[in-house]
Amino acid sequence: MNGLRGHRLGSLDEIPVGEGRTYTVDGEMVAVFRLRDGSVRAVSALCPHRGGPLADGQIDNTVVVCPMHLFVFDLATGCSLSGQPDLTSFPVGVDADRTIVIYPEVSP
Amino acid sequence: MAPRLVVIGNGMAGVRTVEEILARGGGFEITVFGDEPYGNYNRIMLSNVLAGVQDEAGIFLNDLSWYADNAITLHTGTRIARIDRFAKQVYAEDGSATAYDKLIIATGSRAFVPPIPGIHRPGRGYHQGVFAFRTLDDTRAMIRYAREHERAVVIGGGLLGLEAARGLQNHLGHVTLVHAAGHLMNAQLDAQGGAILRRSVEQLGIDIVTGAHTTEILGKHEVTGVRLKDGRVLDCDVVVVAAGIRANATVAETAGLVVERGIVVDDQMRAQDEPDIYAVGECAQHRGETYGLVAPLWEQAKVLADHLTGRDPHAAYHGSRVATKLKVAGVDVAAMGVKEAERDDDETLVFSEPRKGIYKSVVIRDGRLIGATLVGDVSKVAFLMQAFDRGLALPEDRVELMFDLGGPPAEVSAAELADDAQVCNCNGVSKATIVQTVHGGCRTVSGVMDRTRAGKGCGTCKGLVQQIVEWAAGGEAEEDPGASWYVPGVPMPKPELMHAIRTHGLRSVSSVFATLVPGGEEDAKSKMGLASLLKMMWGAEYVDERDARFINDRVHANIQRDGTFSVVPQMKGGVTTPAQLRRIAEVAERHDVPMVKLTGGQRIDLLGVPKEKLPQIWAELDMPSGYAYGKSFRTVKTCVGSDYCRFGVGDSTALGIAIEERFQGIEGPGKMKLAVTGCPRNCAEAYVKDLGVVAVDGGRWEIYVGGAAGAHVRKGDLLATVGSADEVITLTGRFLQYYRENANWLERTYAFVPRVGIEHLRAIVVDDAEGLAADLDAAMAASVAGYRDPWKERAEPVTPGQFRTSLPLVVLPQVPVR
Repeated sequence: MNGLRGHRLGSLDEIPVGEGRTYTVDGEMVAVFRLRDGSVRAVSALCPHRGGPLADGQIDNTVVVCPMHLFVFDLATGCSLSGQPDLTSFPVGVDADRTIVIYPEVSP
Repeated sequence: MAPRLVVIGNGMAGVRTVEEILARGGGFEITVFGDEPYGNYNRIMLSNVLAGVQDEAGIFLNDLSWYADNAITLHTGTRIARIDRFAKQVYAEDGSATAYDKLIIATGSRAFVPPIPGIHRPGRGYHQGVFAFRTLDDTRAMIRYAREHERAVVIGGGLLGLEAARGLQNHLGHVTLVHAAGHLMNAQLDAQGGAILRRSVEQLGIDIVTGAHTTEILGKHEVTGVRLKDGRVLDCDVVVVAAGIRANATVAETAGLVVERGIVVDDQMRAQDEPDIYAVGECAQHRGETYGLVAPLWEQAKVLADHLTGRDPHAAYHGSRVATKLKVAGVDVAAMGVKEAERDDDETLVFSEPRKGIYKSVVIRDGRLIGATLVGDVSKVAFLMQAFDRGLALPEDRVELMFDLGGPPAEVSAAELADDAQVCNCNGVSKATIVQTVHGGCRTVSGVMDRTRAGKGCGTCKGLVQQIVEWAAGGEAEEDPGASWYVPGVPMPKPELMHAIRTHGLRSVSSVFATLVPGGEEDAKSKMGLASLLKMMWGAEYVDERDARFINDRVHANIQRDGTFSVVPQMKGGVTTPAQLRRIAEVAERHDVPMVKLTGGQRIDLLGVPKEKLPQIWAELDMPSGYAYGKSFRTVKTCVGSDYCRFGVGDSTALGIAIEERFQGIEGPGKMKLAVTGCPRNCAEAYVKDLGVVAVDGGRWEIYVGGAAGAHVRKGDLLATVGSADEVITLTGRFLQYYRENANWLERTYAFVPRVGIEHLRAIVVDDAEGLAADLDAAMAASVAGYRDPWKERAEPVTPGQFRTSLPLVVLPQVPVR
């Protein structure tokens, strides 16, 4: 990962515990969630069903529930658990100064 | 090394137990012995194979790769001859020995073949042309033979015999069913029900002889007929014996286990006095009962798996209340509990319409359903099974047990529905999608609803979804353990949950998960219901974790399809002023609010407001929230009442405003929509509200509860007639509080009131028969005192980015601006 700094989105404190907020990464909308177990997750921000804003959804440590029609997606993989197309998931973490970072896709 | 688990029997009970053990993490080295040469198949479906509506491949439950994938050693075609319980070994007929640490006997049962002269041929088993109906091999042989012959006699008029008779019609020309008892299915049906079933079956072209004992099977080289006790001879060339089943317990009995009608087991399914030997399924006898149906067997398998894996050391099987719903030879039959009244004061209701083949009877004792029989029309079976199983209170109009009165038109049966028929009109789910999900292995109604979203809209199709799941699962639909839980992620019904919350002093949603969920797992879908419950229980002491709130409750507005929000200011009783209207108009104009709309609750809705603008709009409106977004008290609709209306007999607007003023914003398990109308002409639609008040002449008010005019339409039940507005407010508060404390999450009053019963509600709310009134009043008063207008939460966001947009940059489906 040398030299790959990733996208720095902002302070972790911008996201209340257990909620999500939307960020733009390279023109793409990404919903970032701060789980109650302390970790963060990032998936594409739009529900593939009707475009619901997933950052407004309720989460637990595994899934996000779209606020529109309550479709469910796995936060770690982006996989739909209710028969919709999958979301894209992004590698995400928090660095030493509490900044949320989306890491670049690791190329093979 | 993992302990060795040996299972004798590769049928539905044995393998189901293994599946349940694997689902709990396994932990055993498992060996399964089956005496049939196949993998594991669904025996119930053999009648479908016989009838030609399903092929053999379709009835297999687990193919050989499943055993390999789960590291299970399977010996098919291997019968266990002997158990040495001291050496802890089992010996197969081929002499091989297998050691076990734990042994499960799941040998099922075999066909009972009565000792009729001529039924056997010395040295070669059954006489040529005689068949039992138990295994896949039996079924194959029967089909092969029947195709080359003309006339069959089926001995036995129970479920199996009827299925055999119907199935055989596909393969030969003439079928006669001979039954020893006086009427068909005498184990399940009373004489009248049996007679009606007989008519329906005869119309299918099957001849039926009841009260007929078969005394001899005729024919020298092959079957040529049967002789009955009265001397009659029925010519035939095929005989199928379906005279019942007996537990396969010989191997257990030889090993010295206690065997009566089956292997005697305790509540952990353990054989008597044997610490390491268990029995499940048809071969087991629990508290004197043996079961021949699939549902009890599933329950036994779960208990045994909980016990063996240590998942639940207290797991205990307490026996099953057997309720069956079947299609017998093409006729719907359902039976549960007792067949007929047993005591003088048992209530019995019977409806019989022989011309249509319909028969229904129910037996009630002490206000509880103790038995029901349905033939030909089983549309009420889901309700009856639930009432029977859970001992629910029954409708005061007993006839509602048998018929839907004033409800939607007769439901189409699951089987008749076309594959592409849309079942859920809210979420666009077809019958085929539901059936595929069931065939994909999801066999609970709630599981199917979660995967497909069927029934998750207005909910009116839930009954049909349930019927389709049951039909598609072929009688193998699983009981939903979570059906009684308040929220899906915490395994407790509401009273138990509230008790645990109080005992542990749990004031936040996260503490409920941490304390009451095994493993402490959070559940996103449970948060909103828990938040509402905790707020109701603790009031100011509630620790408000904002993530537990649904988005609407986080930003005090209702999310719309394009991700914007609707803003509905409070307008008590639907009464407004020119100044208020002017202000709303100015705000709407200043912010280019795309749509301004009057609501059904007599308010004004500003639609299409972006999240980030909400605080500013609230500030400019400077009106309290109308709560048009929450599972909460919404609004009180009123008519103009006695001040202006020339028919009005009570001041409905003043009372409506007073009620709204008092109960504004109170959260609950579901929405609470109220109305006050000034006379029985009902202009404010009070008869169809969660609570509706109707002024009647003489200065009195009628209070109706449990009404609805949404997806479900119901006229409310009259709770009380009172003489003053104060009494209306007191009873309203008491009723709403009782609803808040006792209704299930998202259970509207239209479901809650009939479930609890209006008499019961009246006793508690009006007559204070249980002495709860003072507590209810105090709890409601505390909630009322805790009211704070959420729209005051606007100067500073409560959480970072509370009103930050989550709207995407890409184009969403646009709501057209009118």
